[in-house]
Amino acid sequence: MKFAVLQFPGSCDELDALHAARRVGDSELIWHRERDLRGADAVIVPGGFSYGDYLRAGAIARFSPAMESVIAFANDGGLVLGICNGFQVLCEAHLLPGALLPNANLRFTFRQVALDVVGPPGAFTGACVPGERLSIPAKHAWGRYYAPEETLDAIEDSGQVLLRYAPGENFNGSLRDIAGVRNEAGNVFGLMPHPEHAVDELTGGSSDGLRIFESMRMTLEGVGA
Amino acid sequence: MRARVLIRPKAGILDPQGVAVERALPALGFAGAANVHVGRLVELDVEDPSELQPMCEKLLANPLVEDYEIQLLDAGP
Repeated sequence: MKFAVLQFPGSCDELDALHAARRVGDSELIWHRERDLRGADAVIVPGGFSYGDYLRAGAIARFSPAMESVIAFANDGGLVLGICNGFQVLCEAHLLPGALLPNANLRFTFRQVALDVVGPPGAFTGACVPGERLSIPAKHAWGRYYAPEETLDAIEDSGQVLLRYAPGENFNGSLRDIAGVRNEAGNVFGLMPHPEHAVDELTGGSSDGLRIFESMRMTLEGVGA
Repeated sequence: MRARVLIRPKAGILDPQGVAVERALPALGFAGAANVHVGRLVELDVEDPSELQPMCEKLLANPLVEDYEIQLLDAGP
């Protein structure tokens, strides 16, 4: 089982994503100019500041050759995880509903956040207990989740909200405390906090982030779900 | 053709940059400013002005959260 981790100019979390994915399988980096995903079973679009966040976060990365392949891969049902800037890229690519806007307080914030796992186990949360609270770090200035009210109602009704900031933890002003959403089909997931930074208690404050990667492994191996 | 694209946060969506500027103005003695919004300005030369709208839809703006306004200026330099 192999994870492909994209790398754009300005990515900064791709090595932690590579490291986290290696806890559950093989993984390798794919440079943004490459179109070949090299037979990967899942793709991670990592955090950072792709193309300097010029214009809008994720706006330019969306059109990279590697992302064209990722869009086709996702449309074929492939598992795609977007973390932080990767979440922004997936929204800009219309693989996920909504958009990320500047934090309501305009501050770059780096802190450990408590997240509630929402809804029934799926491809990205199968290793979590429903209602479980995860502790993983978040670090961004541009993470306020926004979607029009009717879209918010629709994604809540169809169980697409997978992670919510626990009460009192929504530091960026995300609507309905949304921290992570999946697409309707359930094979694309984006979140602002960083599970790849929380795979080792020594450095991540917890190893709760591993649950996301473990869930993807279970999905790919046809375990549970 | 020289063109200018004005991009603004959509009405009704929290615009923290506008709020911050609005709060800063009275501190400098400008008491009469309200409804401040901060957007982006893109100026460009285009051969075919009919391409401006698709450019805005695909890249220059995010129509989900931003409104854009295209202005055609005089012939380019």
